[in-house]
Amino acid sequence: MLIYILRRVIYAIPVAFGVSVVCFMLVYISPGDPLTSILPPDASAQLQAEMRRIYGFDRPLPVQYGLWLMKILQGDLGTSIATGRPVAQELGKALGNTLMLAVLATLIGFILGSLFGFVAGYFHNSWIDKLASFISIIGVSVPHYWLGMVLVIIFSVQLNWLPATGAGPGGSDAWKWNWEHVKHLILPAVTMSVIPMGIVARTVRALVADILSQEFITGLAAKGLLDRGIFGHVVKNAAPTALAVMGLQLGYLLGGSILIETVFSWPGTGFLLGQAIFQRDLPLLQGTILVLALFFVTLNLIVDVIQTMLDPRVQRS
Amino acid sequence: MSAPATAVSGAIEKSPGYWAGVGRRFRRDPVAMLALCLVLGLILMALLAPWVAPADPYRASMLRRLRPIGTPGFLLGTDELGRDMLSRLIHGARLSLLMGVTPVFIAFFVGSAIGITAGYIGGTVNTVLMRTIDVFFAFPSVLLAIALSGALGAGIFNGLLSLTVVFIPPIARIAESVTTAVRKIEYVEAARASGASAFTIVRVHVLGNVIGPIFVYATGLISVSLILASGLSFLGLGVKPPEPEWGLMLNTLRNAIYVQPWVAALPGLMIFITSVSFNLLSDGLRSAMDLKA
Repeated sequence: MLIYILRRVIYAIPVAFGVSVVCFMLVYISPGDPLTSILPPDASAQLQAEMRRIYGFDRPLPVQYGLWLMKILQGDLGTSIATGRPVAQELGKALGNTLMLAVLATLIGFILGSLFGFVAGYFHNSWIDKLASFISIIGVSVPHYWLGMVLVIIFSVQLNWLPATGAGPGGSDAWKWNWEHVKHLILPAVTMSVIPMGIVARTVRALVADILSQEFITGLAAKGLLDRGIFGHVVKNAAPTALAVMGLQLGYLLGGSILIETVFSWPGTGFLLGQAIFQRDLPLLQGTILVLALFFVTLNLIVDVIQTMLDPRVQRS
Repeated sequence: MSAPATAVSGAIEKSPGYWAGVGRRFRRDPVAMLALCLVLGLILMALLAPWVAPADPYRASMLRRLRPIGTPGFLLGTDELGRDMLSRLIHGARLSLLMGVTPVFIAFFVGSAIGITAGYIGGTVNTVLMRTIDVFFAFPSVLLAIALSGALGAGIFNGLLSLTVVFIPPIARIAESVTTAVRKIEYVEAARASGASAFTIVRVHVLGNVIGPIFVYATGLISVSLILASGLSFLGLGVKPPEPEWGLMLNTLRNAIYVQPWVAALPGLMIFITSVSFNLLSDGLRSAMDLKA
């Protein structure tokens, strides 16, 4: 098993390397000179050449990449053009907010999704199954940014129960665990949980139906094991895959939170990304995407390793 | 189950092909048929938009901004610039469907080509191609789409390009895995032993076996693509104003939720209906073709 884990870790290194190349290239696929946002439009040719030299844009591309990577490895993600602050500092604050939102949404989605999926798989092809499958189809098909708007319309505009935007009263972004702050978390977290709910429900339904159709279940039932005991066996067999799906979903939510954060003005990485796009702040865009993508690579790695430890069947295949 | 008599006569004449069976199973699935009708209806609406829409989708008027649903002459109300919502929703189907379906369509060809090449040739070619694909797979799809179109800037072409790049890796992966499985089947070995060229083997023996599963997988991506494409426009990437596109309409109407909340929610409902229809259609195809994946 140790060898498998080691191989998996080593395999992640070239992928992370490739991810950094893609992020580096983002600046070069964007139209226009990267200097135009720093220099005044009437800058002389001499000043332009000077700035080009200072920023290293006159070097060959691989050299530029090497220098950039060295800085990244030292924790320097560059400086935001819009605010003049280090990108790493801007990201630090935002990452915490997004992590909180995504973890909560994944938990809600996982609990509800497993419930629906389990019931649907257990009563396979009954009307309960059809209903649960219908809910999961809706979960994967709904444009979540629109769902967020609809929830705001119902719970903020019409009923006035919950705040529509922000992460705290009066637009404060210093999070505290009190009701005033938690109230701001409810709508975005519920909106976000719909995606993992649909996917987890689909996965668990297929898993449970498959496990129940296997011979060892018939054997256990013939041995006289009660439904409660069989339930334990089903959970034990379905858990590794379901947990792996949950881990991946957390990664997708972290990376894909931009739409929901825009709807709710939630001060996380997605909101930051939205600002970076709007202001054409390329260092901020590049840094945020790099960190989120590396987060995703690491999470994938952790999920794979945990799954190997939980489920001995994985190593054999 | 068919009666024994027809089964016998069928066997004597010509056994119905695989696709005939798929078509029959598909037609017996009421949900899939309903989804098919909805999808065809949406496509028809997009094609016939100028003739079906009651008004000009671009004609603005400051005098009739944000009218409620059911206003005489404006069945679904008006938007923040006083344009007829119904006409804009009908016209919106054009760009929204185009932006959602085209990337998957192109990615289907490019991804299949990459995956089949990697799977059939194997060895170093496979390693190089698939490891490159893995790098793009290492990004969550929403993040990759936003990274690319954020760097490229707004515009229909940039949006389409970003989304196509997003959907090539998953399709290539599926294509590679089915092709690798097919390559090991004995009749492919036999064809190779009898001296058929690689191109002929792929065209005659491999393609027919792998294209079905890849196609069904790709149809499942259309709903994701639709949501993502409209999402890009919702963020101000992708389609630019004043074009009618559902995601963009949702964005510009966002400030109107305190005035006409249900008018503001309409474009999202269209995205939702379209996405559900494509998802159900894909599910129907999958079970008609009896695929597990």
